[in-house]
Amino acid sequence: MALQIYVYILHKDGVVDDTALEMVAAAGKLDPAASLTAVVFGSKTDAVCNSLTASFKEVWKIDNDAFSYPNSEVIRGILARIIPKGSMVLVAHDHFGMDLAPGLSIKLDGTYLPDTVGFDGIEGGKLKAVRQEYGGQVSTHVLCDISGGAVITIRAGAFRAAEASDAGGAVVDKTADALAGGLPGGARRFIEIVEAEVGDVDITKSEILVSVGRGIGEQENIEIIKELAKAVGGDVSCSRPIVDAKWLEKSRQVGTSGLTVKPKVYMALGISGSFQHLGGIKGSPFIVAVNKNPKAPIFQVAEIGVIEDLLEFVPMLTEKINEMK
Amino acid sequence: MEILVCVKRVPDTAENEISVNSSGSDIERGDLVYSVNEWDNYAVEEAIQIRDKAGGSVTVVSVGDADSEEVLRREMAMGADKGVLLSDSAFEGSDGKGLASILKAEIEKGKYDLILTGTQADDGAGQIGGMLAAMLNLPYASLVNRIEVLDGKKIKLGREIAGGNQEISEMDLPCVLSIQTGINEPRYVGIRGIRKVASVEIPVHGASDLGVNPGSVGKAAAGVSRVDYYVPALGKGAELLEGSIEEKVEKLIELLKSKGGIK
Repeated sequence: MALQIYVYILHKDGVVDDTALEMVAAAGKLDPAASLTAVVFGSKTDAVCNSLTASFKEVWKIDNDAFSYPNSEVIRGILARIIPKGSMVLVAHDHFGMDLAPGLSIKLDGTYLPDTVGFDGIEGGKLKAVRQEYGGQVSTHVLCDISGGAVITIRAGAFRAAEASDAGGAVVDKTADALAGGLPGGARRFIEIVEAEVGDVDITKSEILVSVGRGIGEQENIEIIKELAKAVGGDVSCSRPIVDAKWLEKSRQVGTSGLTVKPKVYMALGISGSFQHLGGIKGSPFIVAVNKNPKAPIFQVAEIGVIEDLLEFVPMLTEKINEMK
Repeated sequence: MEILVCVKRVPDTAENEISVNSSGSDIERGDLVYSVNEWDNYAVEEAIQIRDKAGGSVTVVSVGDADSEEVLRREMAMGADKGVLLSDSAFEGSDGKGLASILKAEIEKGKYDLILTGTQADDGAGQIGGMLAAMLNLPYASLVNRIEVLDGKKIKLGREIAGGNQEISEMDLPCVLSIQTGINEPRYVGIRGIRKVASVEIPVHGASDLGVNPGSVGKAAAGVSRVDYYVPALGKGAELLEGSIEEKVEKLIELLKSKGGIK
């Protein structure tokens, strides 16, 4: 029997997020015969809904000013009302999905499969899926019982977006059903978004980034990174642990929770290469990775790898570059 | 403010090489050093800071075997008031939902204003906090990187969202929050601190103490289970520079020059 799959749609300023078509591809991998329903929450969503009819058989429109900013507490309560128990639900594994999805699986009484990067068939009511653990250093196959439905979050970029097709779908206004019984989730009230502070250097515009991660070990070692950046004429950026430790300011952080950069050359020094970090590097730069751990995931995406201790390698590199000048 | 923090003992993998054992059933654990999950440690620090301002107590709780006791003791050395170990052979092999239902049973034995977890642990699932909240019918927020206690009934919180931005909300207590790294600077725990709490008794609660039906948790009840571990096939993979460190420096400089990496 073909699966019924609901896909939660992220959108902003009237434009559907890239993850929507990636989830269409993921759903196709789950079950090529699946019937797909897009679920759109928002305010003034007609354009978004209409654009989705090319890829979805059905588009649920839940449109009200109350959803102009998505509050997962409200949306979870409504989804638990309108999605039939036993359904499959796909959600992007981002800050909203992480908020919404685990609790939704409980409310729908289904299993929860987080941060999924691949599907490998269904056997006897169990879905075989691929996840990563230990910061992407190892992968694991998991079996997920979908006989009673499941909520699955999908990692951005893990599935190649489906081509927009001609599903010839219809928009169904579910707003009245959604709001029957009032707005749930009143215990959490959205106030505002505080925008990231702009730093002294705008790393989103840098052509050469000398980026430092946890492998630097100590705060005072950051100096060797600054010296290399100076030698090559680039700017210093970093991964999340460096900002957590307050060794560099947030405006230097590359990643999904930091800034998206698009340099020509990216030097990843002591950075293991979590998917959150790699998600902030766009425009296919020439990536050089220096790491003493040969299993670091960064070596999968780098052009050039150097397996050395950066504390030894970087000062030698800087000195040699400076000698040439 | 009565605060409960869920913590997990995990291998320290930040700077260690992880490999898979020969049968693919698990990672090689022989040489790994274990400690408290980094996210959980930030959550405990946050709980201690809130308690120091608002009063009350901090309880740390972990589901695991006897080895998890050392992690609870470490967090008590940091300043948590109480530790509780939830341990039973029936708990082994539980999936996220199983673990959340074990924790729920312990939480319902007490009365807490604030329940904290780390955003995620070694398996990167990030599921326990959200499941707990749904099971307890409490409000929830993930990726929390700021907490301000407004009064005994509500808090103001910040969540880390995309692009370095922060989402600010108000939330009623009691609630469940999953804490993101960087929210504070966890204090250092020295040997002396650990010694001080070495003899404090840590109660162990099993399935019958918690009123958990052993059949509803553990491997048999798990809706999600691992089949195997493997090292992902390298995509194209990096070209690794060979030779002495001096030779690698020379080669890299040539490459950087050709790609515009040296101005």
